[in-house]
Amino acid sequence: MSWFKRVRRGVTTSTKEKKETPEGLWYKCPSCKTIIPVMDHAANKYVCTSCGYHERIGSKEYFEVIFDDNAYTEINEGMHASDPLNFKDTKKYTDRLEDSIAKTGLNDAIATAHGLVDGEPLMIACMDFSFIGGSMGSVVGEKIARAIDFCIANNMPFMIISKSGGARMMEAAFSLMQMAKTSAKLTLLSKAKLPYLSLLTDPTTGGVTASYAMLGDMNIAEPGSLIGFAGPRVVKETIGKDLPKGFQTAEFVLEHGFLDKIVKRTELKAHLAQLLKLFKN
Amino acid sequence: MNYLDFEKPIAELYEQLEAAKKLGEKSKVDVTKTLADIEKKIEATRANIYDNLTPWQRVQVSRHPDRPYTLAYIDAISDGTFMELHGDRTVGDDKAMIGGWGSIDGRTVMFIGQQKGINTKMRQYRNFGMPNPEGYRKALRLMKMAEKFNKPVVTFIDTPGAYPGLEAEERGQGEAIARNLFEMVQLKVPVICIIIGEGASGGALGIAMGDKVMMLENTWYSVISPESCSSILWRSWDFKEQAATALKLTPEDMFKNKLIDGIIPEPLGGAHNNQEEMFKTVKSEIKKQLTKLSAQDPEKRIEKRIDKFCSMGVVVEG
Repeated sequence: MSWFKRVRRGVTTSTKEKKETPEGLWYKCPSCKTIIPVMDHAANKYVCTSCGYHERIGSKEYFEVIFDDNAYTEINEGMHASDPLNFKDTKKYTDRLEDSIAKTGLNDAIATAHGLVDGEPLMIACMDFSFIGGSMGSVVGEKIARAIDFCIANNMPFMIISKSGGARMMEAAFSLMQMAKTSAKLTLLSKAKLPYLSLLTDPTTGGVTASYAMLGDMNIAEPGSLIGFAGPRVVKETIGKDLPKGFQTAEFVLEHGFLDKIVKRTELKAHLAQLLKLFKN
Repeated sequence: MNYLDFEKPIAELYEQLEAAKKLGEKSKVDVTKTLADIEKKIEATRANIYDNLTPWQRVQVSRHPDRPYTLAYIDAISDGTFMELHGDRTVGDDKAMIGGWGSIDGRTVMFIGQQKGINTKMRQYRNFGMPNPEGYRKALRLMKMAEKFNKPVVTFIDTPGAYPGLEAEERGQGEAIARNLFEMVQLKVPVICIIIGEGASGGALGIAMGDKVMMLENTWYSVISPESCSSILWRSWDFKEQAATALKLTPEDMFKNKLIDGIIPEPLGGAHNNQEEMFKTVKSEIKKQLTKLSAQDPEKRIEKRIDKFCSMGVVVEG
């Protein structure tokens, strides 16, 4: 009964007939496997045109998506991490930092910039997941703190785009205290009666969730984002059971009352512009 | 008495002491001198061990099963005036987070803290000192009440972390902690926070945004436990000693890095070795700090508190 077996083994297409595709022209959606040209993918704000999967993007892309004419002014661009604890695990923290800077072209896991959104000024602090998992160390805390100072001095609304695995272990307690620092700074913004929008994207977990990400006057999330305090693996180990479907997704968090809204990235700018105008008038 | 692995020499001396005592009772041989010698030796050994604790050993002492927990401190300090209050008024009453009114020599204070259990049954009841969101919300409710009646807040921190359970996530563990950080830092009344055991991550910080944050000598405070740090960064549970050293989680390191405001000395051999003395030291420290803090203008006090936390961190300017 071998009728379902292959008769001839191996790859039978000759090498000559194989088609070469140049790198970087096509984007394959990791969720539905649809392949579309990279240009079209970028034009759709890095959201899959067929299934709506939101690709993880960095601060540069978010600024491009949100600010008018991709025009913005970055502040404290050159700030980078120091190694106050002389931390070493399997690798030195300073080596890790150097590698990440070389690999990503970024100085740390956050960029802060202000520009116009449909004519309305806005300061955005946007995290970069590609830099050590978007982990929150002293630079993340200090840049957020200074962005808030800028907002207060210039009477400007503030938004943080969170995309992070949580605290940066290599800065240990310094990293923990960034939760305290950013929350303390946000009280000053609140006192100045300036709106603070928190956008939670995939993923937002740990100390970031337990500080500024959940403190927005409005908490907004991208569809399907993983949002939680403890990571799903830890929760699973704790309860010793499989997690229910959809656990810790943005939709789950909205249903439990911790988000105001889920907004598709393709509609993000329009929503922000409308919100800023509603706050202003 | 329970002994930790590095306390073995002390345990052995205690065994010798017992043996000598028995011998004295049985054979009418005068053992007073031997007993005195052994006791002296115990003290010397203990001093030697406790003067040279490694960071990992500190972590072990902080989790010593005989160590006093929050309620023991509160009962001793408030001289039996403590009145426990319950519930977050939303979901339930978290047994891992306790709080209520008490009096310190006539001065009314709101006490709050994580509570661990003293035996297996109680450990489960207290969820091993790991609060759920309602614990943090109960703590906030009590802090707000203290603010309303202009009474200072004293918190005791002793937790292996906020509970990472399914329901905790459903009820917004992250939001509960975040809200506490935000509200606690702008409380109008004096806030004193004392780490009496384990200070693990956001679960500890959620009730530790104080004017004065102090650590007992044999405690630790960091972003993660050494075990979890080892499992994540070394991808194995076997590097907890190295992780404990690397995290710089001891009171001395935390004070040097300006992340806490003070260290409270423990009796020789740790808080559990002489609980009464420990309670006395903590009480007098609280009284001292309360007097200082109460003298400050509330607005100034809040400003100072916010500035303190905002100055934490080390960066390189570009």
